[in-house]
Amino acid sequence: MKYSLPLMPNSYGSLVYRALAVSGVACLATPSVHAQQMTVSFDIPRMKVAEYHRPYVAIWIEDEKGKAVTTLRVLYDVDLKADDGRKWLADMRGWWRKAGRNAKMPADGISGPTQAPGTHRVSFAANKRPLGRLAAGSYKLQVEAAREVGGRELVTVPFNWPGKGAKTYSGKGKSELGAISLTIKP
Amino acid sequence: MSIKRHLKSIAIALPLMGLIAGPADAHRRWLLPSATVMSGEKEVVTFDAASSNELFVFDHRAMPLNDLVVLGPDGKAIDAKILGSGATRSSFDVEMAKQGTYRIALVNGGLMAFYKLGQERKRWRGTAEELDSAFPEGATDINISLVSGRTETFATLGAPNETALAPTNQGLEMVPVSHPNDLVVGEAAQFKFLIDGKPAADMEIEWVRGGTRYRDTVEDMNLKTDAAGIFEVTVDEPGLYYLEASVSDDEVSIPKVNSRRSSYSAVLEFLPL
Repeated sequence: MKYSLPLMPNSYGSLVYRALAVSGVACLATPSVHAQQMTVSFDIPRMKVAEYHRPYVAIWIEDEKGKAVTTLRVLYDVDLKADDGRKWLADMRGWWRKAGRNAKMPADGISGPTQAPGTHRVSFAANKRPLGRLAAGSYKLQVEAAREVGGRELVTVPFNWPGKGAKTYSGKGKSELGAISLTIKP
Repeated sequence: MSIKRHLKSIAIALPLMGLIAGPADAHRRWLLPSATVMSGEKEVVTFDAASSNELFVFDHRAMPLNDLVVLGPDGKAIDAKILGSGATRSSFDVEMAKQGTYRIALVNGGLMAFYKLGQERKRWRGTAEELDSAFPEGATDINISLVSGRTETFATLGAPNETALAPTNQGLEMVPVSHPNDLVVGEAAQFKFLIDGKPAADMEIEWVRGGTRYRDTVEDMNLKTDAAGIFEVTVDEPGLYYLEASVSDDEVSIPKVNSRRSSYSAVLEFLPL
């Protein structure tokens, strides 16, 4: 298998690895169908602040009416020993209201630890959790970040699914998030 | 008729009568939550209870907590941890161990009377049982009313639910059309008022955003319930809002008591989008 790389020491890398592995399996299981693939890249900006904590980040998809269709990724203090890291999930108040408050965290294949500043990439395969089966249409990719003793920002990237051929959509945050891109590939 | 129920609630509230703020006290009464929308397995939310002029500033008196009723997400009463009362505010913690919506209320009721002794105007507060011995000889112009009040706020851990919000069908109450912990700017919010379980129609509602100290005008809105007891409001600034309403009627069947005044106030939080 093309994606059978060793687990990377960086836990974020393992997220990418896992998502890619899942899509690889999907291809094997249904060789006649091309599984559409979605890759989200998001930038966590470096901050010059006295007290810095890595942001909580939620990535989810809403339909045209603003209803949450699926949560793709939630980065939070999963392993906080002294406290329950879920205490601050509600700070991502857009995601919390649309999806989070009805979701169970941690969730396998969705939740993961917070990440350091830099560009991060996560991939999802159609018809597999957490992306699932999306009906053709217009959607919004929502990326929300909330930082302890810091700000909160939501970036919306509208896109069409599945669309024709490969296509990249992009958005940009002003404070808590940098460049966001969404690439859909057949 | 719900007179029996009223009498019962008066009897319960009676030992505390000296503490309740009657309608003559024009100050705003409120319960201020530290947060209204929370996540996690469990959480502690803390509240201040005060009557004041400015919102939400401790500029008058502490509200007594004898009448505190906290309902958990299953509709059952839970104990609050009373922290104490200062001159201008009382404080308490509520431990949220269950997921869902908590209804926090100060519920009071009793009798109030105005009368004259010679040329002097006097006021009396007490219970139906105490009524026989309430007034000295020579008292004239006796006017007795039943007063009841409810001061509320709401807090939710996890997904909101409505079990604790079920009406008691006693006095003036607000029940959700919109959930009180699912309020955001720019989205119309609707609530329904009931008096003894029936729609409180055509009732005026005072609606004020917090932070009055930092602006020149109160910016209060006078809203009104429709025939079904429902009012709608859309706010464009996030924050804590205060609402107050009252109804006077003669729905009371205690001998010699000729009117009733029911009041309600609540604090609601609207979050930014």
